[in-house]
Amino acid sequence: MTRKQKRLSIIAGLGVVLALAVTLILVALRDQIVFFYSPTEIHEKAVAAGTPIRLGGLVKEGSWVKTGEVNEFIVTDGASELTASYSGILPDLFTEGQGVVVEGTMTDAGSFAATNVLAKHDENYMPKEVVEALKANGEWQREGAGG
Amino acid sequence: MAIELGHFALILAVAISAISAVAGLWGWNRSERVALFLRQGAVLQFLLVAAAFAALIQAFVVSDFSLAIAYQHSHSAQPLLFKITSVWGNHEGSLVLWVLILVGMGVAVAMFGNNLPRELLALVLAVQSLLVAAFGGFTIFTSNPFTRLSPVPPEGMELNPILQDIGLAIHPPLLYAGYVGFSICFSFAIAALISGRIDAAWARWVRPWTLLSWLFLTLGIAMGSYWAYYELGWGGWWFWDPVENASFMPWLAGTALLHSALVMEKRNALKIWTIFLSIITFSLSLLGTFLVRSGVLTSVHTFASDPTRGLVILALLAAFIGGAFALFALRASSLRVGGLFAPISREGALILNNLFLATATAAVLVGTLYPLLLDAFTGRSISVGAPFFSLTFSIIMVPLLVLLPFGPFLAWKRGDIIAVTQRLAGAGGAAIFGAILIFALSGAQISLAPFGLLLGFWVAFGAMAELIDRAGFGRMALSLSFRRLVGLPRAAFSTAIAHFGLGVTVIGIVAASAWEVEIVSTMNPGDSKTIAGYTVTFDGLEEVRGENFISETGRFTASTAGGSERQLFPERRFYEASGTPTTEAAIETYGFSQLYLQLGEAAEDGSHVVRAWHKPYVTLIWLGCLIMSAAGVLSLTDRRLRVGAPRRAAPRPAPAE
Repeated sequence: MTRKQKRLSIIAGLGVVLALAVTLILVALRDQIVFFYSPTEIHEKAVAAGTPIRLGGLVKEGSWVKTGEVNEFIVTDGASELTASYSGILPDLFTEGQGVVVEGTMTDAGSFAATNVLAKHDENYMPKEVVEALKANGEWQREGAGG
Repeated sequence: MAIELGHFALILAVAISAISAVAGLWGWNRSERVALFLRQGAVLQFLLVAAAFAALIQAFVVSDFSLAIAYQHSHSAQPLLFKITSVWGNHEGSLVLWVLILVGMGVAVAMFGNNLPRELLALVLAVQSLLVAAFGGFTIFTSNPFTRLSPVPPEGMELNPILQDIGLAIHPPLLYAGYVGFSICFSFAIAALISGRIDAAWARWVRPWTLLSWLFLTLGIAMGSYWAYYELGWGGWWFWDPVENASFMPWLAGTALLHSALVMEKRNALKIWTIFLSIITFSLSLLGTFLVRSGVLTSVHTFASDPTRGLVILALLAAFIGGAFALFALRASSLRVGGLFAPISREGALILNNLFLATATAAVLVGTLYPLLLDAFTGRSISVGAPFFSLTFSIIMVPLLVLLPFGPFLAWKRGDIIAVTQRLAGAGGAAIFGAILIFALSGAQISLAPFGLLLGFWVAFGAMAELIDRAGFGRMALSLSFRRLVGLPRAAFSTAIAHFGLGVTVIGIVAASAWEVEIVSTMNPGDSKTIAGYTVTFDGLEEVRGENFISETGRFTASTAGGSERQLFPERRFYEASGTPTTEAAIETYGFSQLYLQLGEAAEDGSHVVRAWHKPYVTLIWLGCLIMSAAGVLSLTDRRLRVGAPRRAAPRPAPAE
């Protein structure tokens, strides 16, 4: 091969790999991202059961019930609420009245089955998405506590 | 008083760095005295920033709560170690640590750079000083750690209990040494672009700094991963969290840089690409600093969210990265292309390595920034989590791992792929045999795990095969082979060991992900549960007082069929000063596998939720990282990096101006 052919073959090889990689990334971005919803949005948009989503809001006061390792609580954004269940140990800072983000899917019965409750690392932290969801429903009162 | 002195020292260091930067960029090729001035300046910057840092440590150790950050992040009841680590357990203090490592790298170049050409040394120190001026200035003007409070509060507010761990003493300094260490590669790249002189000698001078930063970053990431694993109590060791990605991207780019610099050093090729990678690697470190420190993300790493700080970091980021790429665009075309090679050759293999590592970096970058950009432009909140990264990253890694063992076997310039395949046949056969054996032993279930293991074995065995082959085992008398093995250059060992370490990490990742067992159950004292052949018995609870917390400690016994009995003590702690509860998992290591116990809150009837994992071969993940770092240390001691001044091979090309 001449010098030019060699260089062209290398560049062509690189081009093919890069094109494949870009396709892969785009496909993954289309299929593998997880949307964030507030309870109101879930009711409005009728999220299909089984699609992984994130749900955020406040844990409603007096709604947290523990039966063995199963926890049930209501996530509210002021306008609507949704019952979520989670089996396992909740993060240390999980309490009623606090903001929470849970990951999981909607069940056919219309409740939320959480696979993961996102841990908060300090007590002043309120997930940004939760703040925005609450603001959208006029429920946000605290000043400057947002993350 | 000490605090004011520290404050003054930091201001003085920034002033000196600003003067150094100006003097160096103006006079690098004018006078010998400029280089001397810059070297002395680098020493002074280091001593002054070290003094400022020492002043902070002293204030934290004596619990001087007139210092605002000590009040906000420390408490007099904290153990001494955690008082010291509290210094960088906050935004302001961690920036001082950042700057301290920046000047530390500068002084190291000034002290050990005797064999560098005077002009290159002056330029490197000038660019490094510019970084110190920018980030030192940022610290003083937007995040001053020396702010005092009056009246003095009687007691501090305590460090976030999650951070009260030995991990905080190790993880940030290591990670920062890696992150910020790449600033030297950046400074070298800018110096090369300004002076217009880039050759094999340049690559050789840069190599020890790249290696040093890379090995610190490897250790820092591994340590951070293990810390998250045992402290956060979710049983996971990597979450594809944006802050993890922020440290992983410079690692991927830095690994690519290590390999491309090799081509440049040995063959004087890939020069433009190597310069580009040097800039990219440090830019990704800066991007990581921006993501973590600006408050655009919320995580355990984000201490404060003050929007002005984010904007200033973004401006600094744009100035440095933008400036570097503008310079690159102006000057890169003046670099002459180096040695020729065939597609199948050592060079070709290293290009493929770079291609896959760069693509993987890009995939991680897209996944990390996409949610931020989407939120900024459309207001839609999404998260790009593990599914995205597992899919894209692992698919990109597969060809890299398949091709990796071929690389070290191929000759420079033109390799013979058939001959190499024959020499690797033994390693390939052993890997396939191992994977099939494990497939059969694990119950012959069809899954991706045996293929993952096959890859891990292939990389690990292939790395060892290179040493065996070069020593000539099987082709000559055993004693002669041993003598040849001992006589191999250290570079051969460090390559083989680093690749072996990667194989070990891959095996650990595959095994721990595929065969992990988890149970969640409600237990009363006296109850037993079985998990993966271990019988875990809940013996009871006791209350234990720590220095600054009360702990509810569970006593568990794990017994195996073989009759071994070990005690585990998972805890629920309550930190009194801040009123924060935390959980401390109990981890027991059996060989390379671990049993992981987490204790939940007590229910009204006195029972506890217990979450237990069995993680087979999970420690191999971190062990592999340690092996890779050890290979880095070995490579640093290589003769060719220590022996006197490497001389330029070619006559000096005229600076293109």
